[in-house]
Amino acid sequence: MRVTSLPAQARVVVIGAGIVGNSMAYHLARLGWKDIVLIDQGPMPNPGGSTGHASNFIFLTDHSKEMTLFTLDSVRQYKELGVFTQSGGIEVARTTERVEELKRRMASSKAWGIDAELVTPAQVKEMVPYINEQIILSGFSTPGIGTVDSLRGGTLMRERAQALGALSITPSTEVTGIEVENGRVRRVRTDKGDIAAEVVVITSGIWSPRIARMAGASIPLSPAVHQMISVGPVPLFADTVGEIKYPIIRDMDTNGYERQHGSDMEVGSYDHRPILWDPDDIPSIGQSKLSPTELPFTKEDFDESLEHALELIPDILGDPNVGIRHAINGLLSLTPDGFPLLGETPEVKGLWSVAAIWIKEAPGIARCVAEWMTSGVPEIDPSGSDIARFYDHQKTKAHIRGRSAEGFNKTYGIVHPREQWESNRRVRVSPFYEREKALGAVFFETAGWERPNWYESNKPLLADYGERALPRRYEWEARWWSPIINAEHLAMRDRVGMVDLSAFAVFDIAGSCALDYMQTMCAVQMNLPVGRVIYTSLLNPAGGIKADLTVMRLGTNHFRVVTGGADGMRDRKWFADHLPEDGAVQLTDLTSSWGTIGVWGPRARDLLQSITDADVTNEGFPFGTCRFVDLGPVRALASRISYVGELGWEIYVPFEQGARLWDSIWEAGQPLRIAPVGIGVYGTTGRLEKCYRAYGNELEQEFTLVETGLARPQVKPQDFIGKEAYLKQRAEPPAVVLCTLTIDDNTSQSGFKRYMMGREPVLSQKGERLVDRHGRGSYVTSAGSGPSVGKTILMSFLPPEQARVGTRLAVEYFGERYPATVAVVGPTPLFDPQNTRVRS
Amino acid sequence: MNVLTCIKRVPATAGHIALTPDGQEIDTRYLGFTISPHEECAVEEAVRLIEKHGGTTTVLTLGPEAATDQLRDAMALGIERAILLETDGREWDPAATAAAIVEAIQAERAAGRTYDIVMFGNESADSAGYQVGVRVSEALDLPCVTAIKALDVAGGTVNVRRQTESGWETAEVALPAVLAVKEGINLPRYPSLPGRLKAKKKEIERIKPEWRDGGLEKVRLKLPVQAAHSVEVLGKNGDVSAELVQLFRRLSLL
Repeated sequence: MRVTSLPAQARVVVIGAGIVGNSMAYHLARLGWKDIVLIDQGPMPNPGGSTGHASNFIFLTDHSKEMTLFTLDSVRQYKELGVFTQSGGIEVARTTERVEELKRRMASSKAWGIDAELVTPAQVKEMVPYINEQIILSGFSTPGIGTVDSLRGGTLMRERAQALGALSITPSTEVTGIEVENGRVRRVRTDKGDIAAEVVVITSGIWSPRIARMAGASIPLSPAVHQMISVGPVPLFADTVGEIKYPIIRDMDTNGYERQHGSDMEVGSYDHRPILWDPDDIPSIGQSKLSPTELPFTKEDFDESLEHALELIPDILGDPNVGIRHAINGLLSLTPDGFPLLGETPEVKGLWSVAAIWIKEAPGIARCVAEWMTSGVPEIDPSGSDIARFYDHQKTKAHIRGRSAEGFNKTYGIVHPREQWESNRRVRVSPFYEREKALGAVFFETAGWERPNWYESNKPLLADYGERALPRRYEWEARWWSPIINAEHLAMRDRVGMVDLSAFAVFDIAGSCALDYMQTMCAVQMNLPVGRVIYTSLLNPAGGIKADLTVMRLGTNHFRVVTGGADGMRDRKWFADHLPEDGAVQLTDLTSSWGTIGVWGPRARDLLQSITDADVTNEGFPFGTCRFVDLGPVRALASRISYVGELGWEIYVPFEQGARLWDSIWEAGQPLRIAPVGIGVYGTTGRLEKCYRAYGNELEQEFTLVETGLARPQVKPQDFIGKEAYLKQRAEPPAVVLCTLTIDDNTSQSGFKRYMMGREPVLSQKGERLVDRHGRGSYVTSAGSGPSVGKTILMSFLPPEQARVGTRLAVEYFGERYPATVAVVGPTPLFDPQNTRVRS
Repeated sequence: MNVLTCIKRVPATAGHIALTPDGQEIDTRYLGFTISPHEECAVEEAVRLIEKHGGTTTVLTLGPEAATDQLRDAMALGIERAILLETDGREWDPAATAAAIVEAIQAERAAGRTYDIVMFGNESADSAGYQVGVRVSEALDLPCVTAIKALDVAGGTVNVRRQTESGWETAEVALPAVLAVKEGINLPRYPSLPGRLKAKKKEIERIKPEWRDGGLEKVRLKLPVQAAHSVEVLGKNGDVSAELVQLFRRLSLL
């Protein structure tokens, strides 16, 4: 390694030389970046961060597609570097709940294309002769699992970047400040001098929040302790050549793992109480006995884990001659939602975060972020990990610590797809919150907002609708769910419902160049008459779908953008990043100013008419238009669109007047038997019957407008981001087509009806994976009840051969295949295909 | 035979030692706790003696409740019994410590438990007073040998060896005796999992000795000037072998 003195200037400074920083340096160099400087406070090759003490094993399957893709790409890279040792790995179940969870993991493996199988305790014993197979019920075995030498891998990456003449390295250099000018990073200050830089990448692991704060940015992670011990020498491992011969065991029900490391066995745990550290309290290198991320072991926290481990592998761990040779409280990074923190920080231009990353996904993430920095278009969509996803309240210490602590013990947990967080609730409440509470709303959280998912006050509707509410009798699918959702759905379709949509993010775009700007941003024609509202996608330069949202034209130079609460901050950054520098267009975030109620159903017009003098007839207030109307004593902005496929309006009301509007609508709705309707209908049942796509489910940067069926007959003549790519996509046959499927028979072998929840593999009737020409497998993007069509509805991207109405397929769910049929190809709704209701 | 081993809980310090602002204590925020390497060897030696000759082993410490960690560590290695002379956290000087230990040994004797060997580490890892073992032997009127690098019990005597600059000093000592051993006398074992779990469940006997003033009073701690160290990477793989040889010669390693 050539160590250079600190240069005065760099194109990019990468702060932190763990596996992430080294991988970033390499991928940036590979993509043509020059003048890269990699600095670290510690010495090379192990500067003392989490990379140095990681257990370095890689399990492949995650329920998240994004994380699995990062991991698979990382394994490819580690193999290519020659630092990967394949050992296989087995997750074992001690409880019947876990046996079911392993079936679900099996389904995720199939969805993401990972070779794996469920095995019996006897089969586990054959592969792992020292396991006590008496206490396990089954295993989930993945042959492709293995371990890596992450320090060596990092060194090789550094050397490659140096060989490209792109990298200089300065170890033992401490960052003391980051200078920002006009919102853009300018200079990194260190104890060895300053470096002027266009771009700064923070790859500082648990120190990242401290480094980001120097620039006035937030990297919301918390250092947390992961306990690990190493015991040996194990006589059975005496003749192992290399570091590992036996499959790694994850003892899922006790949150522990056991993995061979040479002649030792490493035992780690995520079972103990969450032990969080403040980034400011991490010791310096000098103050640390081992390293700053290897803190003194706290035995009492590990005692229970010891007993669990001893139960599972008594032959090795019960040997009195096998001793605990090393034990640490290792620090790793936790985030409020468990996902990494990637991308340019919303606070400072040119300051990138690549943090909260584990060994298993680091090189894959580095490639992704380097592509993102280079062309703006990473191959793997990092939206779920985009650091821009957080609202300000989610960057508070209370939120970071609360959620990190809560998430820690979910590391190996059985996490229900709809499971709700318990900490830091009631941070954002709509103007209607007290009314909703009085109606027995069951609140789910989105981006800090409390949103009613259903209302217990609607329970009497269950008697009205009986089996049409599609009640679920299997506990897993009935969890975090109620048949009341389906009853609310039917009541809305029969009469009228009101939905709290205040979690919408609302931005005003205004200024003399607002129209040109919006034309550039949006894929559809923005030169609309004032008073029109339109649905549009935003594309990235490669034609991937960056966002979908609605836009109201409120004035010649005034547009109002409405997007989902979960996507609001990411979308805001995308808009903000493209604003002209001369200030000719301004973006104002009005999310906290406007509450929203959706009023939909065949009686929606009758209801509205009863509280307004405004003309709300179909002729007077047609679909796709918006205007201010007086509703009793409140003046509100009504927008005639629908995400549930019914006649009605989204009504935007100044926040402080929201409760008054709610009361007006509620009272006027009584003679019509109005139902308060939760997000269970708005987000799932209503939209699925109408085949409306949702961002993060169907809509991702990975898919195109053509594939999702959102391509319009005409392309506007004006330029917009992604246009060139989009035109090319239109000229080619799509690799997949988004289809709507229905389940033919929900009955499982046990006789219970089962209901998918999304992300299950879609297979041929014989159980073979369906793979498109890019190698992507088909999976369920969204799933839910369709009460009005009486079926379980799924959406999935299918290769053209299968994308035909009537094609019989199968969906794997908890180890069983359920017959499914393609009901719709493309965007035509399953319910009311002519859209007569919406337009009535 | 019966062996009593005395240990002391101390911070496991790192390269850079920090003090509390009042200069009275080592700042232990980031530190774990341990016993001195000499004491680790004393514990190991006690366990080996009993494995070989049979008998009982007891570990004793004077310290706060948290010092039960160190007692359990010793029990995880095979010591059977533990006694905590519980303090309120104040530091006891060597004279006071020795007096409390003597009192405890006398109480043990009154209860019918006598010790053939009272074992110490040669010195504690923090204050390194080299005193407690000597003072205990004096008070109990027992022979005492310090800096022991090897020992062998035969009948009622123990043969001990000390390393000097010119060679080995050997002595034959009649038991009971006080023995202070030095690191290197053995290679201590690591605790096994069953050992650790067994130790966790064992009872620790507690005695609360009366505070007494010793002869030493701590004024304040002061850090010596710590040499700044730097890392110089000479190169990698084989291309630096000549430089390495030179370096080793300079350090008198070759």
